[in-house]
Amino acid sequence: MTEAYLYDHVRTPRGKGKPDGALHEITPIQLATQMLQAIRDRNRLDTRLVEDVILGCVVPVGEQGGNIARIAALNADFAQTVPGVQINRYCGSGLEAVNFAAAKVRGGLADLVIGGGVESMSRIPMGADGGAWAMDPQVANKTYFVMQGISADLLATKYGLSRQECDAYAVESQRRAAQAWAEGRFAKSVVPVKDVIGLPVLDHDETVRGDTTMEKLAALKPAFAEMGAKAGFDSIALQRYPRLELIEHMHHAGNSSGIVDGASAVLVGSKAIGDQLGLVPRARIRSAVTVGSEPTIMLDGPATASRLALRKAGMSVGDIDLFELNEAFSSVVLAFMAELAVPHDRINVNGGAIAMGHPLGATGGMIIGILLDEMERRNLATGLVTLCEAAGMASATIIERV
Amino acid sequence: MSNSFKYAVAEDGICTLTIDQPNSATNVMNQDFLDGFRAALERALADDQVKGIILTSAKSSFVAGADLKSMEVTLFGKPSAKTLYEQCWEFSSLLRRMETGGKPVVAALNGPALGGGFEIALASHYRIAADVRGMMVGLPEVGVGLLPGAGGTQRYLRMIGVAKALPLLLQGSQLKPDKALELGLVNEVVQADDLLPAARKWLLGSPDPVKPWDKKGFQVPGGSNPMLPNLAQLFMGTAANLQANTYHNLPAPLAITSCLYEGMQLPIDKALQVECKYFVKLNLDPVAGNMVRTIFINKGEADKLVRRPAGVEKRAHKKIGVLGAGLMGAGVAFVAAQNGIEVILIDRDQAAADKGKAYSEARLRKDLERGRIKPEKVDAILARIHPTTDYAGLSDVSLVVEAVFEDRGVKAEVFAKAEAVMPADAVLASNTSALPITGLAETTRRPANVVGLHFFSPVERMPLVEVIRGRQTGDTALAHALDFVAQLKKTPILVNDSRGFFTSRFIGAFINEGLTMVKEGIDPALIENAARMTGYPVGALTISDEIGLDLAYKGAQQQAQDLGKDNKPGSSVDVIATMVATHGRHGRKNGKGFYEYAADGGKRLWQGLGDIWPRRPEAEQPGVQEVKHRMLYAQFADAARCIADGVLMDPADGDIGGCFGVGFPIYLGGPFAAMDTVGIAAVVAECDRLAARYDAERFAVPKLLREMAAEGKTFYGPNRVVPPARQVTRA
Repeated sequence: MTEAYLYDHVRTPRGKGKPDGALHEITPIQLATQMLQAIRDRNRLDTRLVEDVILGCVVPVGEQGGNIARIAALNADFAQTVPGVQINRYCGSGLEAVNFAAAKVRGGLADLVIGGGVESMSRIPMGADGGAWAMDPQVANKTYFVMQGISADLLATKYGLSRQECDAYAVESQRRAAQAWAEGRFAKSVVPVKDVIGLPVLDHDETVRGDTTMEKLAALKPAFAEMGAKAGFDSIALQRYPRLELIEHMHHAGNSSGIVDGASAVLVGSKAIGDQLGLVPRARIRSAVTVGSEPTIMLDGPATASRLALRKAGMSVGDIDLFELNEAFSSVVLAFMAELAVPHDRINVNGGAIAMGHPLGATGGMIIGILLDEMERRNLATGLVTLCEAAGMASATIIERV
Repeated sequence: MSNSFKYAVAEDGICTLTIDQPNSATNVMNQDFLDGFRAALERALADDQVKGIILTSAKSSFVAGADLKSMEVTLFGKPSAKTLYEQCWEFSSLLRRMETGGKPVVAALNGPALGGGFEIALASHYRIAADVRGMMVGLPEVGVGLLPGAGGTQRYLRMIGVAKALPLLLQGSQLKPDKALELGLVNEVVQADDLLPAARKWLLGSPDPVKPWDKKGFQVPGGSNPMLPNLAQLFMGTAANLQANTYHNLPAPLAITSCLYEGMQLPIDKALQVECKYFVKLNLDPVAGNMVRTIFINKGEADKLVRRPAGVEKRAHKKIGVLGAGLMGAGVAFVAAQNGIEVILIDRDQAAADKGKAYSEARLRKDLERGRIKPEKVDAILARIHPTTDYAGLSDVSLVVEAVFEDRGVKAEVFAKAEAVMPADAVLASNTSALPITGLAETTRRPANVVGLHFFSPVERMPLVEVIRGRQTGDTALAHALDFVAQLKKTPILVNDSRGFFTSRFIGAFINEGLTMVKEGIDPALIENAARMTGYPVGALTISDEIGLDLAYKGAQQQAQDLGKDNKPGSSVDVIATMVATHGRHGRKNGKGFYEYAADGGKRLWQGLGDIWPRRPEAEQPGVQEVKHRMLYAQFADAARCIADGVLMDPADGDIGGCFGVGFPIYLGGPFAAMDTVGIAAVVAECDRLAARYDAERFAVPKLLREMAAEGKTFYGPNRVVPPARQVTRA
């Protein structure tokens, strides 16, 4: 069997996902283009050797429609022979893109593939693509659909988490992100975004607030309480989880992932292509899985996905040196830590999406890179990256340094 | 073919079709009606003399809608989906033919047009409503588990848009003419005399016989793309609220929402077919049949006093007495006065009697403030209530309702005082919810005139009255008591005297099961949620707290006293005793019961329950289905015993009593309807399983039910069992 290797990864800094965000003036096609160009230039790639570009994008409509991956490849002056495809596994799309790339390589069907993702949430808002799950009455009814914020609160209630715990986790994420930036831990992989005249518009994650405190967060009202009561989502959640008396609402903008703009690209290839191009492989994909889980609570799949990835790799939790789990909401990570008994000093050590933001389709490609960089910085051998995904899914990938 | 449709063409080319179904007080949409309608319509469309058509009725209402009674055959005969679709489509396509036939049709609504009747009007090109008393239009089908399958959803949608149509359809709103005009569902409201002239005038103006949605460029008002932000929010919120309010138990509101969601994205002819298919889907679901049977057919018969003994002349009650001006007595006085009956409201002291009248005053004042009633009416009602301590006022009453403490001694005392004065042929009714009527009657002079009239609180809102026949109750008193219930516009069920009658023991089975599960260490939240998910309005722990644990405790003690060594305390009695005697928890009334009650009205389950009755570990907690079944089947078994023991003479009384009196899930139709739906053999098997697992007595199945299972008999329908009580002829 051919092994699949990570050779390089790049990401944009994350811009605030609002009209006053630094990346709002940059089209999503341009975000993706610049990352493809960066990965090409850093590795002096002859793009005729790139066999596919797989980009995650969760709201592929408007400017992000029409298969942004292929169009970005053309726009980046890649060889015309390079195809592209946009995929959507919701919030884990960026990681799935890397997983699909790895699968092609492992299966011997390709030698060099780029994975990653792009999302401009300031220009194409979440939900702009519609869909039947929430909207078609037959489907919403059958699947006990609730909004994801309700899911986060349901998860917190089920695990007996408190508002304090969720806020404390968020404060720590901000502190760690600020420290990581200050120490330049992201320097080698974040590529500033340029405007049409080549000037940088952003070179750091715009939403980090290292001065966040418990007091500041305590002032925020739970964001989903009213929706839970008035729209009926709390009742639906309790119908699925009838051993709970009520839903404790504790999430808000301060302990949930930030809405941002960003793009990522990850270079995946076989050993042979690395040898041919003089590239040094940095890590090997040990396993990559995606699972389905209960869709109403939606966000508790990472533990199941991780256990499956470990089993397939013939490993146990204790064999993993470092974890990255996307900080969709504080409860997602806290519940995961409780399920797998992972201590906080081994997971999201450089902060996460609560501080730096979660550009939906791109995030998976970003946090696998953050994981790898930190493994190299600490000289650790193994890492596991996982993300929860909407409609009750989760993906997990295990990498090993070489 | 009958001649329901009178056809007349005037010199000006206006054809008037007058619907006048022979041998019926209303125009009912049966096959005859459809055939007549089609024939008349085609004749008018083909007739070159005819320029326009007026559609009106010779009855006091326009058209009464689908023949729900004949639907009983459809709903339980289980015809194929294909057959049902063809039947539904026949009517819908006929209305579509009228809509696209090329000649303008005006619906001249001389009286109420609901359901199918209003669908005929909606398919017409113009609607004029006569402003007469009781005039209503609307589509109430959701209330019996159905939807308007002949274009109602699709025409509402295309006339007024989703945002306005959805709530009207989901609530089954019946609209007064001015409201319908405001919404754009009728075009004009006129005086009765002006109805036909206005219709004629409109037609003579050469109006356009083409509907907006049959013209190019038509847009559904408010948008037809459900993914647009405002509509997306509406659909997402609606779907969620439905689940929250109906717990996945009612198929009709969901089907209606889908008719709009899917229909708005289709051209009208396709949309009408989809609507028809959702209509068929509802017909095939047992919920519709059970709701039609219980809410419409059986309740209708009960309201017409189907249980009234024959041969007794009707009694019109003009003046009654109420003994005890507490909550129940005050309520009975209120409702009686509202219905034109004079009330002598008696209590131990004048202050208490006045307080009883104040109950009516407070409620009437609220209605007055809200503009729901005129001041003259308020005065008239209050003038009928005479609070006093003097029994002399009972000398010319036709009926007395006793509503004093649940204490034999107190009751005997007031009975004696009343009987000393009241006429010999007056009915003496007790509102007791617990003490057998036969025993109470034995303390009176004229046991034949004693009957139970068990009202429910709040009296002015609860439609049910449980009428209890004591062993000595005579036919005359029973008939006169039923006449009284009818005058109050309430629904009676007839129960033969026994401990707990029907409703008390029936809800008791539900409550007992819930409380028993607490002591077994089952999650209280699970017990409560399972009840709501089954369709009970509130859980057993909530009801217990509301009624008062101290009352339940007293009742259990009274029973122990009454029955002595024969007493078999219910399995939850020790739970109640612990709560009341050991922990002083009486329920909401003293701020603490199974729940802790906060000053702001909120409540949380008491954490202390887990200390008294240790919680089972997660792996040993039952699934929600098992908890649901325990409560439901405990009630099934109890109801079956009531029929077997002759407490109930007819399953209809059990279904109506259960649903309208004590919160049994209406979508199931009642315990007997539900047992038929599940299948008698399956009910027996499940009761046996629960009996073996939990308790042989609570789930004990009477021999009658086993016999029914063996013989393929059911509670309703062509194979219905004859209830034992009917087999006994009264001397």
